[in-house]
Amino acid sequence: MSPLMVLFALAKIVVILLVLLTVVAYAVWFERKLLAHMQCRWGPTRVGPHGLLQPLADAIKLLTKEDLTPSEVFPLVYLLAPFLSLVTALLAFAVIPFGPETRVGGMDLFQIADLDIGVLFILSVSSMGVYGIALAGWSSNSKYSLLGGLRSSAQMISYELAIGLSIIGVLLLTGSLSLRAIVENQAGAYWGFLPRWNIIPQFAGFVCFLVAAIAETNRLPFDLPEAETELVAGYHTEYSSMKFGMFFMAEYANMVTASCLATLLFFGGWHGPVFGPAILQALLPLLWFSLKVLFFLFLYVWIRATLPRFRYDQLMAFGWKFLVPLALGNLVVTSLVLAIRWS
Amino acid sequence: MYQLLFFVFAGAAVGFAINLLLQRHPIHSALSLIGVMASLASLYLMLGAEFIAAAQIIVYAGAIMVLFVFVIMLLNAGEEERTQRSRFAKYLGLPLILLLVTSMAAVIYRQVPQDAMVRFGDFPGRTADIGRRLFLNYLLPFEVVSIVILVAIIGTVVLARKDSETEGPGKAVVSEK
Amino acid sequence: MLSEYFSAVDFLVLKPVILLTLFGVGVMLTDLLLEERHRYLSAVTALVGLGFAGVQMWMIQSQMRQAEVNELEAFRGAVRLDHFGIFFFWIFLISSAIAILLAIRYLEIEQEHHGEYYALILFATVGMILLAIGTDLITLFVSLELMVISVYILTGFLRRDRRSNEAALKYLLLGAFSTGILAYGMSLLYGLSNSTNLEEIAFAISQRPAGDPVVLLAVITVATGLFFKVGAVPFHQWLPDAYEGAPTSITAFMSVGPKAAAFAFLLRMFMLPLGPAREQWLPLLIGVAVATMTLGNLAAVSQSNVKRLLAYSAISHVGYILLGLVSGNDTGLKGIAIYLLVYAFMNMGAFAVVVAMRRRDLIGDEIDDMAGLMYKSPTAAVLMMIFLLSLAGIPPTAGFLGKYFIFLSLIESQHFTLAVIAVLYVAVALYYYFRIVAVMFMREPVDWELPTLAPGIRIALGVTAAMTLIIGLYPEPFIQIVSRTVLP
Repeated sequence: MSPLMVLFALAKIVVILLVLLTVVAYAVWFERKLLAHMQCRWGPTRVGPHGLLQPLADAIKLLTKEDLTPSEVFPLVYLLAPFLSLVTALLAFAVIPFGPETRVGGMDLFQIADLDIGVLFILSVSSMGVYGIALAGWSSNSKYSLLGGLRSSAQMISYELAIGLSIIGVLLLTGSLSLRAIVENQAGAYWGFLPRWNIIPQFAGFVCFLVAAIAETNRLPFDLPEAETELVAGYHTEYSSMKFGMFFMAEYANMVTASCLATLLFFGGWHGPVFGPAILQALLPLLWFSLKVLFFLFLYVWIRATLPRFRYDQLMAFGWKFLVPLALGNLVVTSLVLAIRWS
Repeated sequence: MYQLLFFVFAGAAVGFAINLLLQRHPIHSALSLIGVMASLASLYLMLGAEFIAAAQIIVYAGAIMVLFVFVIMLLNAGEEERTQRSRFAKYLGLPLILLLVTSMAAVIYRQVPQDAMVRFGDFPGRTADIGRRLFLNYLLPFEVVSIVILVAIIGTVVLARKDSETEGPGKAVVSEK
Repeated sequence: MLSEYFSAVDFLVLKPVILLTLFGVGVMLTDLLLEERHRYLSAVTALVGLGFAGVQMWMIQSQMRQAEVNELEAFRGAVRLDHFGIFFFWIFLISSAIAILLAIRYLEIEQEHHGEYYALILFATVGMILLAIGTDLITLFVSLELMVISVYILTGFLRRDRRSNEAALKYLLLGAFSTGILAYGMSLLYGLSNSTNLEEIAFAISQRPAGDPVVLLAVITVATGLFFKVGAVPFHQWLPDAYEGAPTSITAFMSVGPKAAAFAFLLRMFMLPLGPAREQWLPLLIGVAVATMTLGNLAAVSQSNVKRLLAYSAISHVGYILLGLVSGNDTGLKGIAIYLLVYAFMNMGAFAVVVAMRRRDLIGDEIDDMAGLMYKSPTAAVLMMIFLLSLAGIPPTAGFLGKYFIFLSLIESQHFTLAVIAVLYVAVALYYYFRIVAVMFMREPVDWELPTLAPGIRIALGVTAAMTLIIGLYPEPFIQIVSRTVLP
């Protein structure tokens, strides 16, 4: 690798990180605003027009608050947990393609790295994310935190299984683990008008994925690790200032990842009508991709505003007795159909 | 470059493994084990075995070790109490182990020809290769593994089940509800 | 018919194994529907499964005879069904069937009668069969795990019995450790040959210079793992505790089935991939064999618990069997095969009597519990005496035959000192086996609780005793069968 390429790669990483962190910050604003309107409130309005500068104000507040460390915590693990959470959440973006392969000087513009095992990479990184929450819960040495941590590890192990199984259907259709290949496989249309998105042959898989992804990101109605009505704030009860901020950012980054993944796997990624001059043709896929991701973020908030929280045993029973069998059934049917078609 | 990275990750794996034994608190030991797994995964990745590396992280670090941590948290296990450790092990066992390890390393280093060693990146570890091997050459062991896992599940259920009310002298176990 | 990659032969070879697996799953499913007092039906189902597998193997054998083939290779060299494997298949089938027969009443008395017992025995049998016919390191390793994991669980099956818990835990920990060493040795073999196929490994090793230290390292690590699995000294510590703590029917099972499977594995490894390195492992093997005989026989003398005594006697028998491999000629390998066959019957018979000694309120595994068995149940006492005589190797019984071939092979291969040592230890063995006989016949009974001779136990006792005597009195057909099983 020449030094120029390294520099370019680093620049790409920095740009994508900056964009991502901005998106995360505005996802919070988006959620507050949307939630408020759904509940006939105004939401943030004071800082900037429509409260648009609210994320900035929040960031300043978090950074300048006093950083408390309770006296009875296990210091090293207590410190490690928020970093682990945030790093694993951001790492997933290394393999997410935002648009079609567009090479400038041999470097791909819209993706940091097209790994042969892209999907597995995301799964493995997200499976490491559990530790951030579990360890935070344990090291805080407080009963609410511990309960939150316990719940999250049990919940994430259970739903990880459903996520993995629901994705396999898509992988079978594509025959590759690379996210780019999966999106490219969804180009074109059935009978000339219906887009060839994976959601059509893999509807059961999509439902399973969506539900499990919400549980995996600890969002309502599955936000038991931080259920504020019973656990104060769950695993991050004892965290303050920027350490709390890191958990917060990790949660929203995970939401964005899950939305990206849903878009890439089931909604045809950046595919959409492309027209106009060359510059527009290059940028439209990005737009379609962003719109689809935005739709899923909206869905997250919509679900949060609509559904009440599950009870813990309901959550586990739902995961193991409904989602996993559904995903398994989907897998069996998909492979049967494919086997018949091939032979 | 590769050699440097190799020594970094191999050193990390060994260091974490030793730390695992030295730590007194089970959580710290478990974290060290996760470190070992992650270092191993990095080594696999350097050999070109991407799939194995990802599987190593997902299965060991992501699933099995989470269960370990979960159980440690659930039991709220404290620091282990060290009893007076065997002097026999300390003064005889340790040197013997070091002797064994060094002689094994020497044998392997001296006797295995250079060209038989694995080179970085030439391992046929792409997912399709693994799949082909697994489902053609090693189909039988692959299927047998599924029975092994079934047996392990049965074993857990058999050994950990609650006594039912009707049978056995274990009737004293009162239903908790 | 199946696909372009696999043929009907692959399926044919695996049919018995597939049947056993299906029956294992079936036993667990039907057991859910059965009431407590109908649990014996699970045992019947499992026996039917074993029967089907046996019939299937019989058909495969007749097909092989008709086509005049001596071996069937399947799954791209993962397994090879030869006379060696078929011979062991029958030993496993017998031991599993008897372990099931012995268990029905015994588990009822222990109040741990669950269908999983029978399912686990069937799964262990699957592992054993694959271990005996496997010719690929990975297949062998996975089958070994299947077998031992099933046996770990069965060892701890009496959950309320502390001895059983301790035995299972000890067995599991030591077993896992030894498996690790074995896996390390296998990785060295793979590294030496770049193949997991036993024959290719053998070829690669024969290309190495004589006295190559890497080969020696591989031999030592693989042998350590294998010696642990058969229970040879100095890797025997788990064995007495596991045998004592396990349910007696499982003790009977693991002293025969899994042990024979471990020996099949050991023979394959030492004859095939490690064969070219015979010069290197021979001194090692002689040392281990002598140590095993010595420790087994001497430690058995001072035991007061029948299961423990039989455990140490099992260790000593391992020593004798390893001597057959020391001589390494045809007679020796024939000797090993016939020893294992005979041992299956006589040892299971002896344990069957111990199972019968378990009564409602009596554990019955101390030697003193045997006191006056002659007056309570003459049949059981006489049968026990036959089994013990056979274990000691006294002429009219089958046990003599096994020892005879081993000693003969030692003399043929000029190992006179070893032959003398082995014969001397037979005298020691006679002493401790006769301690049991003396207690049974000479002492007055302490209690009048009769042994539980349930139908299953009766059948098991009848079959084992009959075979012990038949093989002893009319050995020709069995010697014929055995002489075909010898590995190259």
